[in-house]
Amino acid sequence: MDNIVGTRSRLVWAVNLCALALVVLWTFPTFGLLVSSFRDRDQISASGWWKAMFPSEASVQYRAPGPDTAVLKDGLFVIEGNIFEGGAGKVSAFGTSIREPGAHAVGSSVVTKDNETVTVARNGDFTITSSTAMDGNRGMRIFATTVTPARFTFENYGRVLGAEGLGRAFLNTMTVSIPATVIPILVAAFAAYALAWMEFPGRALIVALVVGLLVVPLQLALIPLLKLHNEIGIGKSYIGIWLAHTGFGLPLAIYLLRNYMVGLPREIIESARVDGATDFQIFLKIILPLSFPALASFAIFQFLWTWNDLLVALVFLGNSADQLVMTGQLKNLMGSRGGDWEILATSAFVTIAVPLVVFFAMQKYLVRGLLAGSVK
Amino acid sequence: MEQFVMAAVTIIVGVFGCICYFFLSNIALDRLFPASGPKAGANINRANQIRPWLFMFPALALLTVYLVYPVFVSVYLSFMDAEGDNFVGAANYIWLINDDKFRESMFNNLLWLVFVPAASTFFGLVAAAVTDRIRWGNFAKAMIFMPMAISFVGAAVIWKLVYEYRPDGQEQIGILNALWTGMGGQAQTWLTSPVINSFLLMIVLVWIQTGFAMVILSAALRGIPEETIEAAILDGASPLQVFMKIKVPQIWGTILVVWTTITITVLKVFDIVLTMTNGQWGTQVLANLMFDWMFRGNDTGRASTAAIVIMLMVTPIMIWNIRNAAKEAR
Repeated sequence: MDNIVGTRSRLVWAVNLCALALVVLWTFPTFGLLVSSFRDRDQISASGWWKAMFPSEASVQYRAPGPDTAVLKDGLFVIEGNIFEGGAGKVSAFGTSIREPGAHAVGSSVVTKDNETVTVARNGDFTITSSTAMDGNRGMRIFATTVTPARFTFENYGRVLGAEGLGRAFLNTMTVSIPATVIPILVAAFAAYALAWMEFPGRALIVALVVGLLVVPLQLALIPLLKLHNEIGIGKSYIGIWLAHTGFGLPLAIYLLRNYMVGLPREIIESARVDGATDFQIFLKIILPLSFPALASFAIFQFLWTWNDLLVALVFLGNSADQLVMTGQLKNLMGSRGGDWEILATSAFVTIAVPLVVFFAMQKYLVRGLLAGSVK
Repeated sequence: MEQFVMAAVTIIVGVFGCICYFFLSNIALDRLFPASGPKAGANINRANQIRPWLFMFPALALLTVYLVYPVFVSVYLSFMDAEGDNFVGAANYIWLINDDKFRESMFNNLLWLVFVPAASTFFGLVAAAVTDRIRWGNFAKAMIFMPMAISFVGAAVIWKLVYEYRPDGQEQIGILNALWTGMGGQAQTWLTSPVINSFLLMIVLVWIQTGFAMVILSAALRGIPEETIEAAILDGASPLQVFMKIKVPQIWGTILVVWTTITITVLKVFDIVLTMTNGQWGTQVLANLMFDWMFRGNDTGRASTAAIVIMLMVTPIMIWNIRNAAKEAR
C-alpha cells in the first residue's frame, strides 16, 4: 500500500511542477513587457527587466559644478553637492580617475594631483575643498559605484498616449471595432435561424458554402475589394473597413449561431408555430433571447479580432492620424523607435490592455465559442 | 469627435436598418401572398418558400461580395499584368516558380506547417492533461490561454524584447541572450541568424495557439467515458499508459480538428513576420510576400498569384471541413 501511495504523491508533485513550468513560461514574456513599461529609458538599457524588482548597482560618472561655483568657507574654497542630484541611492565606493572608479571607501578623503581634497558620503553628498583657488573651467569628474533602489514610473504612459499619438489611435481602434462587432450579429442571426429552423431546397448547400468560406484566406480578398471600394467611391474609409470586417466575420458568425440554434429544443419552436407565431416573431421573441450565450461568444471573438487586426486596417484604412489604428501605430513605432523599449513596451501594453480585460471578464463565453466554432 | 458620431450613426443605422429590412420584407411577403382568401393554402406554401431567402439575403449578399467574388477576381488578376490591364497568360506563375523569395517563402511556410501545429497541439495536450488534475487548474488554464487575447503585433513586441540583443560588454536586456551568455555563450543577434530566426518567429505563434489547443482538448478529455479509464486502472495501467493508450486514442478526432484549425492560422500568418523581421534574413512567408508585392511592388498580378497559392494550400482542409460538416448534418 505504501508504495502505491508513494507513487501517487510523486505523480501529484510532477503534475503540479509541470503546470507551474508551463504557466511561468507562458506568462513570463508578457510580464517582462509589463515591468518594462514602468521603467525609464536608462533603467531599461542598464539592466534586464527581471532585475527591476531589486536595487540596481551601477558605475556612474558625475561631473561636479565648475570651479567658478566654489565658495570661500573658513579660508578654503569649497564645492558641495550630491551626485544623485536629489534622487535616492547609496554610494558604495568612489574614485577620482577613470582607471580606478571604485578605489576609495565612502567617507574617506582623497587628495587629487591638483591638491584638491574630495570626500563622498554614503548618501551621495560630496565635498571638494582646496586651499588655493581652483582653476580650469570644467568641474571635477567623480566616479562612483552606486546602488539605486527599485523605482517605477508612470511617465511612459503619459508620453505614449500624448506625444506618440497612441491616444488618438486608441480612439480610432474603438471606432473600427465597435460597429464592426455589432453589425454582423443581427445579419448573421437571421441567416443562422433560416439555416437552422426553416426547410427549403439548397439549405445543405449553403451550410457547406459557409463552412468552406470559414477558411478562405483574407489575402485573396484584399486586392479585389480595395479595387471595388475605390471604384464605388468608398476608398479608404471607416465605412469600408466596417463592411470588410462584417463580411469577413460573417462565416464564423453564421456557423456559430446556426450550430447553437439547431440545438435549441424543437418543442418550443413547434408549439409557438402551432399558436400562430410567424417566423419573424419566433426569431425575435424566442430564438434571439435563447441564443444569448452564442451571440456573446461571437461578439467577443469579433471584438478581439477587429481590435487586434493589422492586415485589414493596413489595406482598408489610410495611414493618416485620423485613421491609423493602434496595431498600425505600434508597427510604425517598431520601425522608427526600434531601440526605445520604454516607448515600445508601453505602447504594446496599451494596445493589449483592452483585449486582456475583455478576455478575463468574458472567458467563459470565449471558451464556449471556441468549442462550438471549431469544425468537428 | 466627428468619427464617433459617424460610428454611432453607423451602429444605429446598421441595427435598425437590419430590423426594418426584416420586418418590412416580411410584411410585404405576407401582403403579397395573404394567408386568407381562396388561395390561402397555396399562398402560405409559396411564402414559406421565399421567406428563408429574405432572412438570408443580407448575409448572402455580403458573403458573396466580400468572400466569393474576390476569389474569382483574384484568379482573373493572377493572369494579368501589374496594373491588371493586359492578359499575360501564366507569366506570373512562371515568374513565381523561378523567384528565389517565393521558394524561400514556400520552404518557410512548410517549416511553419510542420512545426507550429505539432508544437501547439503537443503543448496544448500536455497543458490540458496537467491542468485538469490540479486544484489551481482554472487559474493555470487562464494564464496559458491569455496570449489568445493578445494581438500578433503586441506578441511581436513582447517576443522582440525576449530576443533583444546588446553588443558584448553591455548588459543583456533580452532574456534569451541573458540566459545564453549566462551559460557561457556569445550574445547573438537571434533575429538575423537564418533558420533559427524562423523558428523563433514560430515560437511566437505556438505561444499564442497553445491556449486554443488546450481549451478544446481539455473539453474533449473531460468528455471521455469514465468506465474506460476505470477499467484500465483496474487492469493495472500506469497513469502514463492510461493517458497515451486510453485517453489520446479516444480524442483523436478532436486532435485532428485542432491540428487543421491551427494549420489554417499558420498559412495566413502575416503580422508576426511583418513586424519582427519583415521577411528579411530568410524568414519570408507567403502572406508577407503577397503583401510586399501588393504595397511595395504595386503589382496586383504577382500579389494575386501569391494569394492564389495560399488559397490552393488551404483548399484540401476546406474540402475536408465541408465533408465533415455534411457528414454531421446527415
